[in-house]
Amino acid sequence: MTVPLSYYLVLSGIVFLTGVVGVLLRRNIIIILLSVELMLNATNINFVAFSQYFHDVAGQVFVFFALTVAAAEVAVGLAIIIALYRAKSTINIDEFQLLKW
Amino acid sequence: MEQVFFFYFAFVIAAASVLVVALRNPIYSVLALLIMFFHVAGLYVTLHAEFLAAVQIVVYAGAILVLYLFVVMLLNLRQDDRYHRQWPMAAAVGLALVIEAVILMALKGWTTPVVVTGTETTVGEAGNTEAIGDVLYSTYLFPFEVASLILLVAMIGAIILAKKDLGEPAES
Repeated sequence: MTVPLSYYLVLSGIVFLTGVVGVLLRRNIIIILLSVELMLNATNINFVAFSQYFHDVAGQVFVFFALTVAAAEVAVGLAIIIALYRAKSTINIDEFQLLKW
Repeated sequence: MEQVFFFYFAFVIAAASVLVVALRNPIYSVLALLIMFFHVAGLYVTLHAEFLAAVQIVVYAGAILVLYLFVVMLLNLRQDDRYHRQWPMAAAVGLALVIEAVILMALKGWTTPVVVTGTETTVGEAGNTEAIGDVLYSTYLFPFEVASLILLVAMIGAIILAKKDLGEPAES
């Protein structure tokens, strides 16, 4: 008994939605970056599920590229967080409103 | 049997991702994300993507999460208020997405799509890693090189951003 593709899509949708809510809701920048990771993983689950169901390995190659971009995003994002912490000694996003209208 | 594994992995993934957003202490959030990454790797194994499962554990759980934990502990955060003031906006967006998903599912039903058998690159008997390598170094050679460039730029950018002020003389 195999698992239908729609189950994977529902799981991916749940994880992606959790990530969106986390980005909008949390005030800690690190948690916001973690939520972005959740969203990236949701898309990766989608890619691998489709790759399996269409018997095409290209989807897994795209997960590989998404992983590269995620690693780059983490390195630059955490460097920005450290720079922000040096400037204001907090990482609460309510404190960073210089560009806010 | 496959469904049992799928439901176990899916339940843990969903629960851990909710915990990542809901937990107050950032360290606990990172550890919940670690559990989620391990179960995503398990899901990849059930989908016959063994190479990606290994990469998921090595890169995500091994490298990225250690970086997160390092920064969380470096900054030594105090626990503060959990949620942002824009939670009505978050609730509205989340509700809209949920309603959209429910409507789409009701319209399309739960039928599985017709499985199209791949023409050129099937996941064959040669093994998952070999199949990925074949495609990665032939069809996707140029994106692969661009990915290495992205990593180089990210590395330089991270060093420049996290460095102390440029004019400041470096004391040993």
